[in-house]
Amino acid sequence: MDADRRSLTGRAWPLVAYGVPLAFLAFFFVYPLTTIVARGLGTSGAESTLGLLADPLTRDVLWFTTWLAAASTVLTVAVALPASYVLGRYAFPGRSLVLALVTVPFVLPTVVVALAFLAILPNGLEHGPIAILIAHAFFNVAVVVRIVGTFWAGLDRRTAEAAATLGAGPWQRLLHVTLPLLAPALSAAAAIVFLFSFTSFGVIAILGGPGYSTLEVEIYNQAVRSFDLHAAAVLSLVQLACVALTVTVATHLERRLAVRGQLRPEHDVLRRPATAAEKALVAGSLGALGLFLGLPLASVIERSLVTGQGHGFEAYRALTHPTSSLLVTPWHAIANSIAYASVATAIALTIGGLAAFALAGAQRNRVFDGMLMLPLGASAVMLGFGFIIAFDEGWRDFRAAPWIVPVVQALVAIPFVVRIVAPTLRAIDDRQREAAALLGADPGRVRREIDLPIAARALAVAAGFAFAISLGEFGATVFLARPDHPTLPVAIFRFLGRPGPLNVAQAYALAVILMVVTATSILVVERFGRRRLGWF
Amino acid sequence: MLAVEHVTARYGAQVAVDDLSLDVAAGEVVTVLGASGSGKSTLLRVVAGLHRPDAGRVVLDGRDLEAVPPHRRGVGLVFQDHALFPHRDVAGNVAFGLRMRGDSPDRIGARVGELLELVGLPGFEGRSVGTLSGGEQQRVALARALAPEPRVLLLDEPLGSLDRPLRERLLTDLERLFTAIGVTALYVTHDQAEAFGLGDRVALMRDGRIAQLGTPDELWAHPSDQGVARFLGQSVRDGRALRPEAISVRRTGDEEPADGVVESAVRHGPSVRLVVRLDGGGTLAAAVTALDHPVAGDRVVVAIDPEGVVDVG
Repeated sequence: MDADRRSLTGRAWPLVAYGVPLAFLAFFFVYPLTTIVARGLGTSGAESTLGLLADPLTRDVLWFTTWLAAASTVLTVAVALPASYVLGRYAFPGRSLVLALVTVPFVLPTVVVALAFLAILPNGLEHGPIAILIAHAFFNVAVVVRIVGTFWAGLDRRTAEAAATLGAGPWQRLLHVTLPLLAPALSAAAAIVFLFSFTSFGVIAILGGPGYSTLEVEIYNQAVRSFDLHAAAVLSLVQLACVALTVTVATHLERRLAVRGQLRPEHDVLRRPATAAEKALVAGSLGALGLFLGLPLASVIERSLVTGQGHGFEAYRALTHPTSSLLVTPWHAIANSIAYASVATAIALTIGGLAAFALAGAQRNRVFDGMLMLPLGASAVMLGFGFIIAFDEGWRDFRAAPWIVPVVQALVAIPFVVRIVAPTLRAIDDRQREAAALLGADPGRVRREIDLPIAARALAVAAGFAFAISLGEFGATVFLARPDHPTLPVAIFRFLGRPGPLNVAQAYALAVILMVVTATSILVVERFGRRRLGWF
Repeated sequence: MLAVEHVTARYGAQVAVDDLSLDVAAGEVVTVLGASGSGKSTLLRVVAGLHRPDAGRVVLDGRDLEAVPPHRRGVGLVFQDHALFPHRDVAGNVAFGLRMRGDSPDRIGARVGELLELVGLPGFEGRSVGTLSGGEQQRVALARALAPEPRVLLLDEPLGSLDRPLRERLLTDLERLFTAIGVTALYVTHDQAEAFGLGDRVALMRDGRIAQLGTPDELWAHPSDQGVARFLGQSVRDGRALRPEAISVRRTGDEEPADGVVESAVRHGPSVRLVVRLDGGGTLAAAVTALDHPVAGDRVVVAIDPEGVVDVG
């Protein structure tokens, strides 16, 4: 009887690992998106859809979005390369701390980043494409530094040394040896940055201004401002197609990255900077990156301290008092945010963790893989909007349900959880599972004894990321958070829409708090993640 | 005790094990000797239940193992690069199989100590496996596999990743240990010294089949065909295999007629392996233990002891 039950759990497991995430995604991801599309297209004929697609305005928006994303990618890679080189070649005290710190901007709420650049850019530059490009680079530098830098740190020094003994100079070595070897990491990083830039919302909503509208912002405008569901649905379709294409390219490139058989352990590759020139290079590259990432954040802190006459903590003191901008005190928004993000983290870990197990299992499935990655690129705005129109009647009226915000935040976080946990599970030597089985462990026991303990660290890191991402989620939450239960980013957005220096200062003060909580959660989990875990 | 019956195993279109049958008696150590790609590791994986054979069956103690999953076969496996559990210490690794079968903590502790003693690592319980040397890891892997008292122990090139002096020392230890605990084992290797040193019988494997099965002496004295003879390092001339130690080689003076010239002379411990290019065409391999031996370039006469010649078709 015991044996029967065991073999049953063995067979039931794939059903759970595949079934639960699939059901969750089908109901909370596919269903809302198809509702948007169906409702949008259903209200009018195919003719007007084609007309909208051919509309020069649509073309303009698509062109601007693509152009902006491409330029953001180029700028991000350019800004990140010097630091990637330094992290990939040199060992120095605080190296892992640097890797952790560059990650902080990546998980910062878009609203905070946008505020930072509003504060720091000179008048006239703070709105428009230049501001957006710089903000995107600020955000995504971590993606490039972490993918390229850690990949670089695994490249055998001896290939370049061999080239040198064959007569290649420094530039020839870079051109003919190092860059070709780095190509998989560079292209994978670029594809991911392109994806994030293509679907960016908060940054463009705040820094864009009129006339600079991307697909994502235009979907929001059509759906919320003009309430033109048809146009929003058509634009959503265009966006989905672009995202699906980019995700396909990105996962393909990343899979090439996973072929790292020839990579060396880092401690074999990294060297302490020896000459004065090398030390200057390390200090200069990291210093420049530090300024680029640190100044905007410092300016957010400075702005939060601005009062009517000079500087002070007025804005912070006001956080516990009622305000005309919100139905509750800002303090409530903080508590709300943390509660929502905690629940979202639990959901994302459960669903994402199961999915990671399924993906790392023997029966790998490309379609499932792609489907799990789609929320990564699917616009948060579409998701929020889809929830509003899909879950609005009968038993499916969840708009007021307290769990709806955590669910939508978890959707945004799930791809990150999968991407952190799955590589660790895949990296487990299959022979360890075989060894455990031969020592008498049944399949369920193998998972508990081998996979779970080894993945525990990755799960902890994933929890930190899921928490930070949920905390800062704006595009979808803005649709769903009820006025009496705002989250921090939503509250910041509301304060910004109000006149008066105190309102602005309070927005910045909340941004500082959001920043501190986010950075803390990331730095805490990075302490677990000293071993390399995926790329974020 | 262990019977492999007409097993065929494929990877896609490639046949790794081809209609192979092999019996291992209780308490016997059979070594499987073969070049890489000969299918010997696949054979182990089939016995362990990690690879499903396309045909044939594996029988252990009279019971067909077809429907028995790896974790209920009672078969131990020592992997080539150990596959220790990185998240557990030495004791945790050795105790794993005992915990799986539900032993009490007291019994587990005692048995772990006993096994570490047996493999020569007393007191290593609390060590992290990452801090162990290659040889120590191999000993832990062996203790881990032996702990739950498997009915058959499988070893897949267990010494393959170690350097030569260490390999030789562990080889002696393994020999002693196998005798001491009377284990039934199937041991896979590409190293002739390991196979001949440890095996009660040696199965020489080639292209997924057993080319010859017998005691080390039988294989050496009566290779079943030219391929086996060449694999073992014997010369083959005119359908006959010549054992290197049956060939004696003597340096000649300038005027004396000679049979050929020494092409190479390589020392292996106490003996020197000579390759002689014969004037009449072809080469001969000889092993000499004389204190004064010919060197490369010497002209030599060759004598062959007919006792060391066997017809191999």
